[in-house]
Amino acid sequence: MIQSGPVKAVMVITGMVLLAAACTKSKDGAGPTPMPLNIPSNFPALVYDTASNPVTKEGFELGRKLFYDPLLSRNNTISCGSCHIQGSAFTHHGHDVSHGIDDKLGTRNSPPVMNLAWSRFFFWDGGVFNLDLQPIAPIQNPVEMDEQVPNVIMKLKENSTYRKLFKKAFGTEEISSAALFKALSQFMLQCISANSRYDRFVRNEGVQLTNEELEGRTIFQQKCASCHSTDLFTDNDFHNNGLVPSMVNDKGRFLITLNESDLYKFKTPSLRNIAQTAPYMHDGRFYTLMAVLDHYSNGITDSPTLDSRLKTNGIPGIALTAEEKTKLVAFLNTLTDDEFIRDPKLAEQ
Amino acid sequence: MKMITTYITALAFLFLTSCKKEKTDIQPGDKGELTVEFDNVVGAQNLQLNTATYTNAAGEPYKITMLNYYISNIVLVAADGSRYTVPKDSSYFLIKEEDVATQEVTLKDIPAGDYKGIEFVIGVDSLKNTAAVGERTGCLDPAAGGSGMYWTWNSGYIFLKMEGTSDVATSADKKFRYHIGGFGGYSSATINNIKKVSLTAAGTDVAKVRKNKTTPPTFHLMADASKVLNGTTNVSIAANTTVMFATYSVNIANNYASMFTIDHIHND
Repeated sequence: MIQSGPVKAVMVITGMVLLAAACTKSKDGAGPTPMPLNIPSNFPALVYDTASNPVTKEGFELGRKLFYDPLLSRNNTISCGSCHIQGSAFTHHGHDVSHGIDDKLGTRNSPPVMNLAWSRFFFWDGGVFNLDLQPIAPIQNPVEMDEQVPNVIMKLKENSTYRKLFKKAFGTEEISSAALFKALSQFMLQCISANSRYDRFVRNEGVQLTNEELEGRTIFQQKCASCHSTDLFTDNDFHNNGLVPSMVNDKGRFLITLNESDLYKFKTPSLRNIAQTAPYMHDGRFYTLMAVLDHYSNGITDSPTLDSRLKTNGIPGIALTAEEKTKLVAFLNTLTDDEFIRDPKLAEQ
Repeated sequence: MKMITTYITALAFLFLTSCKKEKTDIQPGDKGELTVEFDNVVGAQNLQLNTATYTNAAGEPYKITMLNYYISNIVLVAADGSRYTVPKDSSYFLIKEEDVATQEVTLKDIPAGDYKGIEFVIGVDSLKNTAAVGERTGCLDPAAGGSGMYWTWNSGYIFLKMEGTSDVATSADKKFRYHIGGFGGYSSATINNIKKVSLTAAGTDVAKVRKNKTTPPTFHLMADASKVLNGTTNVSIAANTTVMFATYSVNIANNYASMFTIDHIHND
């Protein structure tokens, strides 16, 4: 079909008008650019209410800048990223417990920042139930960042770059605590790990696991998956897994509920990127995955709140041979998501 | 005699008009303001932060250095028994002894009428304790107005915070700290220290809420801080120097549930 000159001209002009309109729209600040979460097909339903805090490119980028900014600490030395390092799936690799401000030590192992949009509870004892309310705790904890959020807001308000970034993300230079927390949430929500070899295998994306890994998976499904359930590898619940209380005598979930049936229970951690997140357990007492498996086979200590699934015929422990453990470790290694731990979008800019 | 008759007639007329006026000074839809004053005391003394020494029922001397508490979910009770619930979002207040401005709460848009009682919650209800971050403004912003009255590690507001010093305190700095909260738990049940208070003014006094009144009427409440320690459980500072999120806190909340009274009502 041959178009006549005037028709073409009309089309070009229409195109220019549309383009101009589009330019005007964004110039007028029609709002930030939506950046919806990429939901993996093998994951369960989302927990976080994204309608209350729609993720945008500008909000995410602001959250990322805040996450890596030591301004959030009392003396501007510690950022969220200090103890949540991307290369270790946002944990503090090699540290049983983390050292915060003035090298003060906490009592618990730094958990990974990943797939938090699917998390019902935060911290090892689940004391916080909304991601937006999570950052107050490390910011104000005297052994972590030891700062007061009102001071953080003051420092942000004095910073013209932040004023501009908050305006771009939330439409106003008025920096509120709600906007601060929502921006941090937007960054953390985008920390989605779902591209390990395991994921590509279960989603039939052309990856095949080895026989050893597949045998490990079968053992895992029989002996581990009742707590480390779904493709998040956690049931989002709390269990006593038979660790002997340390000198700290951390009572775990009991501290939140004051219910004796919750004594020494801790949240089931996800096993994604587990090879990258040593040491293990709430206090980082085990340095290798083999040490963890040895605990489950031979190290379980009985107590009134021990999870009943950790007993076989009334005797504490999960039966595991040395060969089974080797296969399990092979399977767990398939959960490493290199794309996630190297994603430049999630790194400090 | 005629003069006297005239005088009596005039008086009667005045009386009648005033009666008439009394009956009609409220038009349907009239709204006014009501002030609630929170006057913190210790027994029969005005509370003096940091300086005065008091003695609790356990016979221990103490000074108070901080007294903060939340008041929420206010309901006003009229002389005829009808009740007016203050809209939820205008019904959260943080009273601080160190900040005089917080001790007078003015409720706006109250239906005109004669009020003789008030009900409220000491603390913050469970819905607000679990609300989205954007719905926590003013004194409920855990990072601004409510800073210091919020448990960051165990999401929830501290309903009442009383701190002070005592020679019998077992802490290194000789300070006692009572941080009382607990809204019942988010997903698993735990302590619930939400306390509802229902107060009625003694005698026949009522707070007359009227449209366009220059000075709103005032419920002058007294909050007796000694009742945090004394009551069903007489708290020993030596035995319980620090009480925060723990089962013992229930005893303290039960004690302070009766710390408020309407002392009197001002109408001008």
